[in-house]
Amino acid sequence: MDVKFINAFTKSITNVLKTMMELDVKFGKPHIKQADAEKLDVSAVIGLSGDASGVVVIAFRKEIAARAASRFAGLEMTVDHADFADSLGEFANMVAGGAKAEFHGLDVSISLPSVIVGDNHEVIKSKVHPALVIPCTAEFGSFVVEICMEVRKPATVGA
Amino acid sequence: MKILLVDDSRTIRNIQKNIFAKLGHETIVEAADGVEGLKQVEAESPELIILDWNMPNMDGITFLKTLRAQGNKTPVIMCTTESEKSRVIQAIQAGASNYVVKPFSTETMAEKINQTIKKVTAG
Repeated sequence: MDVKFINAFTKSITNVLKTMMELDVKFGKPHIKQADAEKLDVSAVIGLSGDASGVVVIAFRKEIAARAASRFAGLEMTVDHADFADSLGEFANMVAGGAKAEFHGLDVSISLPSVIVGDNHEVIKSKVHPALVIPCTAEFGSFVVEICMEVRKPATVGA
Repeated sequence: MKILLVDDSRTIRNIQKNIFAKLGHETIVEAADGVEGLKQVEAESPELIILDWNMPNMDGITFLKTLRAQGNKTPVIMCTTESEKSRVIQAIQAGASNYVVKPFSTETMAEKINQTIKKVTAG
């Protein structure tokens, strides 16, 4: 995946946190996911299809996921709350939707979100197209956005 | 004013309900997809509909086309992550009255609601 797509995701993450949570976000250095990467507890997953296909995963430690979901929904919740998965799924939906809007020249569809909860799990993606990891830190804690995407057409990114 | 919120995310419906409450609109009915939305239109006769695009069972654009094919002229504000120009045009051609891109601020949503209500009351 061309690194120019990273900008589309960082822009979208910044916009979602600012607009929905009134929070700033800091980014670490994007890198290719390594085999020994830390396994996390909650993953919000969105599939991409069309001219770019793959998957976007936003992954958290459990307590940070609960704080993120609470902040997004505007009500306190734990991972057991009925709206926990809904809140994080919508968060992921907005991040992926905002990023794909920056892919000019590509017709891309996003799936409905899925949220996986389980201690120290990993969402297995493609071995052919390694996941690119964007480390993020906001007031509620640190999380990562993993992008595993194959782009089939030339595209520009951003305005 | 009776408002129908059609979105598969209860979180988003709750956020929208809070915005409407701040604007003084307390009569809200809800649906989690297009199929349920059409049933609510028939049962509740809402005066304004806020509509998501990507939903299970029946998506927002199919809901909107079905609604207009039935001759229903209730104003519809699309509220979706689908922000590409082609999608906005598709929604307007299908009969959407206004368009809000997610993520949305309270101010943006309030502005679009007021714009739409004004348009409707102006005839």
